Amino acid sequence: MRSPYAHAKIRRIDIKKAASMPGVLGVFTGRQMKDAGFGPIPCAWVVPGSNTKTPPYPPIAIDTVRYVGNAVAIVVARDRYQVRDAADAVDVDYEPLGVTVDAFRATQKGAPQLHGDVPDNICFHWHVTGGDVEAAFKSADVVVKERIINQRLIPNAMEPRASLAQYSSAAGEVTLWTTTQNPHITRFLLSLDTGIPEHKIRVIAPEVGGGFGSKIPHYPEESMVIFASKALNRPVKWTESRSENYRATIHGRDHIQEVEIAAKKDGTIVGLRAKVWANLGAYLSTASTGIPTILHGLMLSGAYKIPNIHEDVYGVFTNTTPVDAYRGAGRPEATFLVERMVDLLARKLKMDPAELRRKNLIPPFKDGYTVATGLVYDTGNYEAALDKALKMADYKGLRKQQADMRAKGQYLGIGFCTYAEICGLGPSQVAGAVGFGGGLWESAIVRFHPSGKVNVMVGISPHGQGEETTFAQIVASELGVAVEDVEVLHGDTDQTPMGWGTYGSRSTAVGSGALMGAIQKIKDKSKIVTAHLLEASPDDIEYADGKFFVRGSPGKFKTIQDVALMANVAWNYPKGLEPGLEASAFFDPPNFVYPFGAHIAVVQVDAETGEVTLKRYIAVDDCGRVINPMIVEGQVHGGIAQGVGQALWEGAVYDDDGQLLTGSMMDYALPKAAFFPKFELAMTETPTSVNPLGVKGIGETGTIASTPAVYNAVADALAPLGVERINMPLTPERVWRAIRDAKRS
Amino acid sequence: MIPAAFEYHRPKNIAEALKLLKTVKGARLLAGGHSLLPAMKLRLASPAALIDIGRIKELSGIKSAKDGLQIGAMTTHAAIAASDAVRKICPVLSETAGNIGDMQVRNRGTIGGSIAHADPAADYPTLMLLLGAKFTATGPKGKREISADDFFVDLFTTALKPGEILTSIHVPAESAAVYLKHRHPASSFAVVGVAALISAKNGKCNRAGIVVGGVTAIPVRAEAAEKALTGQAVNESNIERAAAAVAEAIKKPLSDSYASGEFRTHLATVMTRRALTQAAAKAR
Repeated sequence: MRSPYAHAKIRRIDIKKAASMPGVLGVFTGRQMKDAGFGPIPCAWVVPGSNTKTPPYPPIAIDTVRYVGNAVAIVVARDRYQVRDAADAVDVDYEPLGVTVDAFRATQKGAPQLHGDVPDNICFHWHVTGGDVEAAFKSADVVVKERIINQRLIPNAMEPRASLAQYSSAAGEVTLWTTTQNPHITRFLLSLDTGIPEHKIRVIAPEVGGGFGSKIPHYPEESMVIFASKALNRPVKWTESRSENYRATIHGRDHIQEVEIAAKKDGTIVGLRAKVWANLGAYLSTASTGIPTILHGLMLSGAYKIPNIHEDVYGVFTNTTPVDAYRGAGRPEATFLVERMVDLLARKLKMDPAELRRKNLIPPFKDGYTVATGLVYDTGNYEAALDKALKMADYKGLRKQQADMRAKGQYLGIGFCTYAEICGLGPSQVAGAVGFGGGLWESAIVRFHPSGKVNVMVGISPHGQGEETTFAQIVASELGVAVEDVEVLHGDTDQTPMGWGTYGSRSTAVGSGALMGAIQKIKDKSKIVTAHLLEASPDDIEYADGKFFVRGSPGKFKTIQDVALMANVAWNYPKGLEPGLEASAFFDPPNFVYPFGAHIAVVQVDAETGEVTLKRYIAVDDCGRVINPMIVEGQVHGGIAQGVGQALWEGAVYDDDGQLLTGSMMDYALPKAAFFPKFELAMTETPTSVNPLGVKGIGETGTIASTPAVYNAVADALAPLGVERINMPLTPERVWRAIRDAKRS
Repeated sequence: MIPAAFEYHRPKNIAEALKLLKTVKGARLLAGGHSLLPAMKLRLASPAALIDIGRIKELSGIKSAKDGLQIGAMTTHAAIAASDAVRKICPVLSETAGNIGDMQVRNRGTIGGSIAHADPAADYPTLMLLLGAKFTATGPKGKREISADDFFVDLFTTALKPGEILTSIHVPAESAAVYLKHRHPASSFAVVGVAALISAKNGKCNRAGIVVGGVTAIPVRAEAAEKALTGQAVNESNIERAAAAVAEAIKKPLSDSYASGEFRTHLATVMTRRALTQAAAKAR
């Protein structure tokens, strides 16, 4: 059962009535869970140099609730009807406290304080500096300022969360089936807060119905079901309702940004500075502090040469649902900031937004480009993507159409986003240096069975991204087996090697590196076995198109299936060579990968009703080498839809009492297929040298790029009406008001 | 999303339903279940019993008469949208029914359920008021007729008395009416719905009908706007003038985080102009 108050003292909890209701097996409070040795939910990312406060995050509130949806008690019963009835019967006496929901206002004098040891609700203050920003702004011909609200979003995976724990008191072991994107991280964190040693915990993430980052965190409910299973000595399952999903699963974004961009008259950008208040919600979720800092602040150069950058970020506690990674996680907040400022600069300088971008884009590079924030981008050819998008859009024709329509009082808008983003997380040493509490390498095992069929076990945990297909394809094409002969296993800590999971568009970018390592070992061993069978020297064996053959005699060969059989039976086998055909590899990339692209949105605005219609959407993306075009397209499609959702429809709204007004799908407007035109997609291919296949991530690019592209398009449409700023989402009323206010002033 | 326990009754005919309604304590009628069941799942409603009248055969069906249509209260939106008779006799009703919610809602939801629920964001009430529909209520004392004008009393409140069931709806024939709505992007409900009609002779309007829904607790007839157009030439400027008078009819507009009362009123004005323009084209 969950708190209906956003902030309150718990004076008393009476569980007696609930405990006596039909079918009820147990009712537990936070105190009981604590007394049983279950600790607070750990925060797994503390950014160095930010003076981060980590107040305890008890899985069940003990004496204070801090957001609507905060767990207050657990009711376990035989069926869910009994659970719900009994939960309604738990009697809690609350003493309401002051509520603060806005990240800026929460830092101001007199704001209610959430945690005793966190003055002004400021969890951390982090900053990034590159170059000399003060000097840059002094020397600039033009400075543009803007206050940007990157509003709070609510992730809506198709499947809400669920956790089922089965504790064995005899073995002291627990098996947890849970909807996670990273079962090994969940296991690791559970070993810290449940007191059960890591080797006695098995985490199984069966086919998980989407996550978008919202299933990265280790959630209180995972500890709760383990606690309840242990207490009741029986399996205990919890399934989230959609209403709970809106309140108890993490939210995303929620930045207030004050930004300035400085440039020369000719449009050369010389500096960017920003102050950001990032809403963290009531408690620190697993990766929460890294999102508005490392994954946001370090990306403020975007795709541009910006020699001087400074950003201050304040992480702020408020009486709202905890905020963590949501598709793009930090990069949408950075990209929107940069792309919006570049557009405002173009408007101020009366320059074409595409040309201003072209002027400032980082020129093509193959061996790394260091931006002011210190990151080293891997490879890029940004202008090529922009040119391709402009051509696909028929940019000149569009501008003419826009002029013709304006003459008739119709408002067409063309919006750009030329982005670069950081993903493929990432080198483990960097992870450690920036305070992430884990590694970021990947692992893979390739196991050939006697019949030549293959199991691949991986540490990543795809939940809709399609690596079951992509990885099978890689194995098939590298080793000469049919794709249907490869089964990729993931999402079970007992069946798969250690790995760090699926998020940050890392699964193929990092995971395929491990897979390629294992494939190479299989090839190397197969050459030795082939050499023995063909009575040749291993050095003379080559591999091509599924055959291991003696150099110069392609007719003398063994297939991988031949080798698999012999390696597994080992009847006729090289002396000293281990039997079996199985290889395990780990891969820690030397750098992140930086996909990029150019997106163009075309919108029409009904100036009377404020309604925005997306007319066209052109996306040119570059994720390095493409393994499966259909999967890449699918990722881009979904990503664009999600990003457009932020621009036009989605936004969590809390009232001043901390009640979530957009608490269901009846109020929170998720994009629907009918809202979109056919997307016009194309790729450029600039491979990375960071991993063996030259691949970059594509899972988040659409979301990162489409929000600013669509926003900029609406702003472009409304430019002749004098509209300067509208906060997202650009709902009809907001657009209408902006037009009306511009007319009045 | 789990309702509290309730009894479930499924009467076979109207007489049995009326009897249950009288004898079962705390009972509510269940039609298509697209408003009541979600409310129950959220425990915003916890009736002790449901009387499911959705499968009573005599409550479902469309009959065409000379002066219009007689529609059983349990006829689904999908059936109304697909009916040739409706298309011929009152095409705006067919279009409206076909644009309610989504396919699932249209296959389950019923016209009587929607009208009796009296949700301000529903489409039928607005249209019924414009068309001058008449509702048949059947109670322990027999049948009575309630005009649409008298039926909608307040938010989710109608003129139906305890023990009565809305059994049938009479919709007059009408070929020149138009219904426009501004959909909520999440729920697809009408944030604003405008129903309008014009009948004209020699380019002159002899009857104008304008009803606005979604903006106030119950749909409201914009009498000043109707008057402004009646007797006038049907042209752009007169339509514009009439539409501008719509706001006069709107008292205490509804407001939420998606659309304020002020914006709803504004939308009603714009949409009225557009609806009248379309209706004028039909009237010609």
